[in-house]
Amino acid sequence: MTPEEWTAVRLSLLVAVTATAWSLPVGIAVAWLLARGRFWGKSLLDTVVHLPLIMPPVVTGYVLLLLFGRRGPIGHFLDAAFGIVFSFRWTGAALACAVMGFPLMVRAIRLSIEAVDPKLESAAGTLGANPLWVFVTITLPLCLSGVIAGAILCFAKSMGEFGATITFVSNIPGETQTLPSAIYTFTQVPGGDAGALRLTLVSVVISAGALLGSELLARRIGARRVAT
Amino acid sequence: MSLEIDVHHSLGTFTLDARVTAPPGLTALFGRSGAGKSTLVNIVAGLIRPQRGRVIVDGQPLLDTDRSIFVPRHKRRVGYVFQDSRLFPHLSVRQNLLYGRWFASGTGGAAGDFDSVIELLGIGGLLQRRPDSLSGGEKQRVAIGRALLARPRLVLMDEPLASLDEARRAEILPYIERLRDEAGVPILYVSHSVAEVARIATTVVMLAGGKVVAVGPVAEILPLADTDDGGSVLDAIVKGHDETYQLSMLSSPAGELQVPKVAAPVGASVRAYIRSRDVMLSLGTPQDISALNVLSGTIATVTARGAQADVQLDCNGVPLLARVTSKSVERLALRPGRAVHAVVKSVSFERS
Repeated sequence: MTPEEWTAVRLSLLVAVTATAWSLPVGIAVAWLLARGRFWGKSLLDTVVHLPLIMPPVVTGYVLLLLFGRRGPIGHFLDAAFGIVFSFRWTGAALACAVMGFPLMVRAIRLSIEAVDPKLESAAGTLGANPLWVFVTITLPLCLSGVIAGAILCFAKSMGEFGATITFVSNIPGETQTLPSAIYTFTQVPGGDAGALRLTLVSVVISAGALLGSELLARRIGARRVAT
Repeated sequence: MSLEIDVHHSLGTFTLDARVTAPPGLTALFGRSGAGKSTLVNIVAGLIRPQRGRVIVDGQPLLDTDRSIFVPRHKRRVGYVFQDSRLFPHLSVRQNLLYGRWFASGTGGAAGDFDSVIELLGIGGLLQRRPDSLSGGEKQRVAIGRALLARPRLVLMDEPLASLDEARRAEILPYIERLRDEAGVPILYVSHSVAEVARIATTVVMLAGGKVVAVGPVAEILPLADTDDGGSVLDAIVKGHDETYQLSMLSSPAGELQVPKVAAPVGASVRAYIRSRDVMLSLGTPQDISALNVLSGTIATVTARGAQADVQLDCNGVPLLARVTSKSVERLALRPGRAVHAVVKSVSFERS
């Protein structure tokens, strides 16, 4: 593989890991709100979270460009206040991937939280645990497999995200050119087939590896739970 | 230690309107399902917020809607033993037991010593196990231990034996009795089983349709229970044991009783429970019968219940309830004042 191809692989991994790591705490919080919360505007939150799943990725990317671009209201503020810039940077690619993977992550975690028996949570409450402790010591350990599944889904989505990323941060080699963008570029030039095929294989290996890793992790948690 | 409850709570067509004061010991909330027993304990635990009312433990309000006081469940220090044990599946028995204790550390309080609770409940051998490897009876004992170790000011038990078979109940009841006698924490115990209540309760609060219909000592309240399972409670003393036939002789104000051998020393007091359907009535002195126990008394009241009737006897000052058919009432002309012999076919009895 050429150095440019390695750069695309490294960048893709960096973008996917960053997107997953940042969205995980937010995803758990939102999933808990949707699973257990009773508040006004819950269905609105649900809709907003799921929007990236049903909108065309290009539309999501364009909305991100409008909001988080240098002249966008949020992007301008972040740049002026903290010097954080998203547009045409790898961080922007991570943001796009996080937004696209978020609904998948929240869905998996929410389902596993809903599967936790609320009676166990109220029992923990009567034993003196406040709501935060109940979540940390009871709910979270019992829905861990769903959290892992959600993280893997988000990671996999990030590895494959194309439409929103290329719309929001374009296709700049070494900065925003992730695996799918690189493969796309190869297919657009004569004689790029070999490179596209190599990157496709890499992409398959990483995705399969992530899936295998999550299976092993889930099995280990399961084994720990039934150990006597 | 005292507990005062005075609440009003409506849910759909059901209205709970109850006022209960629980003295020390074990107070049984007794009644049919739907009478509001569980709602009442859930209000005490803080799992349900009633529309109106007060819950006061030792002078401290846990709930007072007039003063806008609602202590959240995790600050109430109320040990709750659920019908479905609710052990945490991802924690070992030891971790389950220590769960509440960890949050209660530094609060002081009775019944908090780990080793003595383990010993009281006989769960020392289970500590390394996982909840899903325990039997139903073991689970309930661990759940009781977990509630006790949270240093509660009050223990709530919501039908803790309802999901268990007869053998498992017999396994746990002695531990609840020891708890009542040794732990010094007032217990509020929900049950719809007359036998259970007769055995362990100090005070009975009878609920029906969300209202308290009777409160008092076990022997006074249970005969009022309008269930198919009615019966009478007899306090007796063990007089001796017969090794040959494996029997124990009991003496009670109503007369002598011979029962299958009890595991209590001579001189110990036991509480016998006689189901009304296990009592036969005879006008003449019964002879050549297999039943060992015949008590004599006079009829106090006869209450018709459709095809059957409850006949209350006065056996030397002790009330004894017999369930007979209406036909027998007519045939034997059973009416108040008449002297009869009560043939007791079976006695269940417990140490008191």
